[in-house]
Amino acid sequence: MKGFQRKDLVSIDSLSKDEILMILDTADSMKQILRRDRKKVPPLQGKTAVMLFIEASTRTRTSFELAAKRLSADTISLTPDASSLTKGETLFDTVKNLEAMQVDYVVLRHPQSGAAERLAKQVDASVVNAGDGWHEHPTQALLDLMTIRERFQKFDGLNVLIVGDIAHSRVARSNIYGLNKLGAKVMVAGPGTLIPPGLTGDSEYPVEVYNRLEDALPKADVIMMLRIQLERIGQSLFPSEGEYARFFGLNAARLKLAKNHAIVMHPGPVNRGLEIASDVVDGSSSVILPQVENGVATRMAVLYLLNRSPEAIRGDA
Amino acid sequence: MKNLHLKNLRLLDPSRRFDGPAEILVENGRVREVVEGRTSGTPEGFEAADLGGLCAAPAFVDVHVHFRDPGQTYKEDIESGSKAAAAGGFGTVCCMANTRPVNDSVSITRYIQDRARLVDLVNVRPIGAVTVGLEGKKLAEIGSMVAAGAVAISDDGRCVMDAALFRRALEYARGFGIPVITHAEDECLCGEGSMNEGALSTRLGVRGRPAVGENVMTYRDTKLAELTGARLHVAHVTTAQAVKIIREAKDRGVAVTAETTPHNLVLDERAVIGYNTNAKMNPPLRTLLDQAALREAVRDGTIDCIATDHAPHSRDEKARDFDLAPPGVIGLETAFPVVMKLVHGGELTLLRAVELLTSGPAKAIGLDCGTLKPGAPADIVVFDPGEEYRIDAKTFQSKSRNCPFDGWDVKGRVKALYREGRKVW
Amino acid sequence: MSEKRTLLLDEAGIKRALTRIAHEILEQGEDIRSLAFIGIRTRGVHLARRLSRLITEIKAIPDPVPVGELDITLYRDDLDTRSDRRVLQATKVDFDVSGHRIVLVDDVLYTGRTIRAALDAITDLGRPRKIELAVLVDRGHRELPIRPDYVGRNQPTRKDEKVRLSLKEGEGVDQLDLVSQEAAS
Repeated sequence: MKGFQRKDLVSIDSLSKDEILMILDTADSMKQILRRDRKKVPPLQGKTAVMLFIEASTRTRTSFELAAKRLSADTISLTPDASSLTKGETLFDTVKNLEAMQVDYVVLRHPQSGAAERLAKQVDASVVNAGDGWHEHPTQALLDLMTIRERFQKFDGLNVLIVGDIAHSRVARSNIYGLNKLGAKVMVAGPGTLIPPGLTGDSEYPVEVYNRLEDALPKADVIMMLRIQLERIGQSLFPSEGEYARFFGLNAARLKLAKNHAIVMHPGPVNRGLEIASDVVDGSSSVILPQVENGVATRMAVLYLLNRSPEAIRGDA
Repeated sequence: MKNLHLKNLRLLDPSRRFDGPAEILVENGRVREVVEGRTSGTPEGFEAADLGGLCAAPAFVDVHVHFRDPGQTYKEDIESGSKAAAAGGFGTVCCMANTRPVNDSVSITRYIQDRARLVDLVNVRPIGAVTVGLEGKKLAEIGSMVAAGAVAISDDGRCVMDAALFRRALEYARGFGIPVITHAEDECLCGEGSMNEGALSTRLGVRGRPAVGENVMTYRDTKLAELTGARLHVAHVTTAQAVKIIREAKDRGVAVTAETTPHNLVLDERAVIGYNTNAKMNPPLRTLLDQAALREAVRDGTIDCIATDHAPHSRDEKARDFDLAPPGVIGLETAFPVVMKLVHGGELTLLRAVELLTSGPAKAIGLDCGTLKPGAPADIVVFDPGEEYRIDAKTFQSKSRNCPFDGWDVKGRVKALYREGRKVW
Repeated sequence: MSEKRTLLLDEAGIKRALTRIAHEILEQGEDIRSLAFIGIRTRGVHLARRLSRLITEIKAIPDPVPVGELDITLYRDDLDTRSDRRVLQATKVDFDVSGHRIVLVDDVLYTGRTIRAALDAITDLGRPRKIELAVLVDRGHRELPIRPDYVGRNQPTRKDEKVRLSLKEGEGVDQLDLVSQEAAS
């Protein structure tokens, strides 16, 4: 059986269904390693992974660092002063300097859509997109898919509901692409201002749009809540936290409308009381903590599968 | 100054509806006579130049360029811009006011012309600002700028958002006999967008500029032009709806003219895929449906002329991330071969293509050029409509290289440019 | 070039070899309660299960000897030079290896690198009291100082030959073949 043949992971959009399944299968094995006493294996020994987080995120960065270390890689974290690098002038220079120091992986989180794709073309290191602007957050979608598969063993015929700021969410986008590729049905719900243009017109990734959460919940096997960024209030995208929580927050009463076996997911960090009620976060339907564990396993799988050997870069079999 | 006898050429002069073999006599820098067919000899005192059967036309006219001079001459200056114009076959260009400082005063207007005179390559006509500093709050000294040589006013780069102020600008400009050129994009709707808003911008995760932002502003400006009786010229039209609005305004007798760019005629929003900053400009590339409407509009005259919106930016600036890179692409040195694509594709006749580049723009803005009638300055472009070559941005005269057509195989090449009978390219 | 197949062991031959290995393991006289098999995926696992069943029969013990399944992909020493990354199979070792006498089982012993990787993988699971190696066939050409404790058949081979084991569990038939490329005559 042919293995994984990529140098970088930039997007879910660019992966085939088989490649996604390969990653999920590998992540299952990696999870076992996380559960045993000696949580380390040697494949990335002697390799160096740089965490280049232009946009700060302790949780994702920690998850990637752990994943790299469990595979015996060395890790370095760079969180350059966001203000100088968001001007976009020196990212290329930063990475070229790192390359001169012979690093093998760059895990990049950047506020600009497309940053990871551009970087991957410019460096020999394996680039892993840890979130670029609004564009994609592939490892988050992969860990979400892994979590869903653990619970349901399949994607065909599953209804997944994504709720929140779809327009500005790379997590939503990556999941919409991944779920569609694997055969699940995707619904989104949110205020009209937070649904992006052209979403329903995308024939490659069909999505059903609901403006009322109550209309979508009864069909949902999976409810994926997105984090609301409070800065959006200032941009007239919705009037207040209170309004948002009242109409789109997932509380226990709304959760009852969903199917009995429905699971509740959230990429974190959670705004308790805003997009999701505390008792739902801590309740029995929530798989938020398993998501975190699966995050390390998924990222281990990704780091293990990416390969920058000359043959892989050239695309030879 | 030599007296020239240009022979063995096919002359295309849309201003006189002429397309055919001819010869041109140039005396003291002006067209003395255009002779149809062939003559036997050359008059005394004239130097004969055999153009080998190539085409000749009035030197092209570009009513929308940015020369970044004064203030950002690392991107382009009047000299390099003039060279780029000449290489593209353009004998007259109009440069926009968004320099640093803004051309909202007599001094900058004069500076531009003085500089161009010194460079002495092509005619550079300044366009003055509508409002002071392009801030959209207070009218600039339009009358004085016109007296100093400005041929039109425009806040291009920005839109005058205050409708009442724009109305006043139209009324005021009307009194000085110049058109107002509008960059019709509602800044509130389009704001920080970097590409056309739609499924593709959502897929790429890039903020979009909705077509409706251009459509509502085009409508507003044509209605204000109708109200005031002033001359309005709509810059860089990109949407099918805007074309429709302009067509209907013209049908009602509004004094509106319009331009579109070469890139909007051959590219669409997909050129942005891969976050290509050399496909980023305002207003942005739109859909294939819009492109089709633009092609129809240049055919039926709804669009009067082609203007490049030549907007140089440095390599480092364009190397920034997509949202942060400045919008704009250069176009002087690729306009002709790109327009020729439509000619070779059977969508435009060669004469109409030349019209869009000569008498069309001249008439729209009210310039005294774009014609080779007797007495006109001998600004002549010589071109080979069939020569095939590959566009190589590295060889450009412009200081900048932000060109979406680099590497394209094209057919149609500017071979020479005469200005007042003197060969400048 | 055509393929020439030589039968080395048929079904009966394989059964005899495994039975002899089972007895040899028991001959060591150690406490059978500390014995466990770990098979290297995939054929080693099938062989390990067979050995476990044989020993259970021979000794008539109530509980079967535990069998673990080991995937050694993560411990390979040639990951850098491969152009693709193989998807992992599951490692399933449901007992604590620490304190056990582990018999590692594989089908063909060749360069010894697979066994080296398996030893690293097992030591990451714990600290066995002892690790022994049982292989169905030793074809020579070791590149590391690894030696088997129990061998079904010693088979000298050329490097351009292949030893192919088919098992009922996998290919539907028990058969050990030597495969060589013959020049067309």
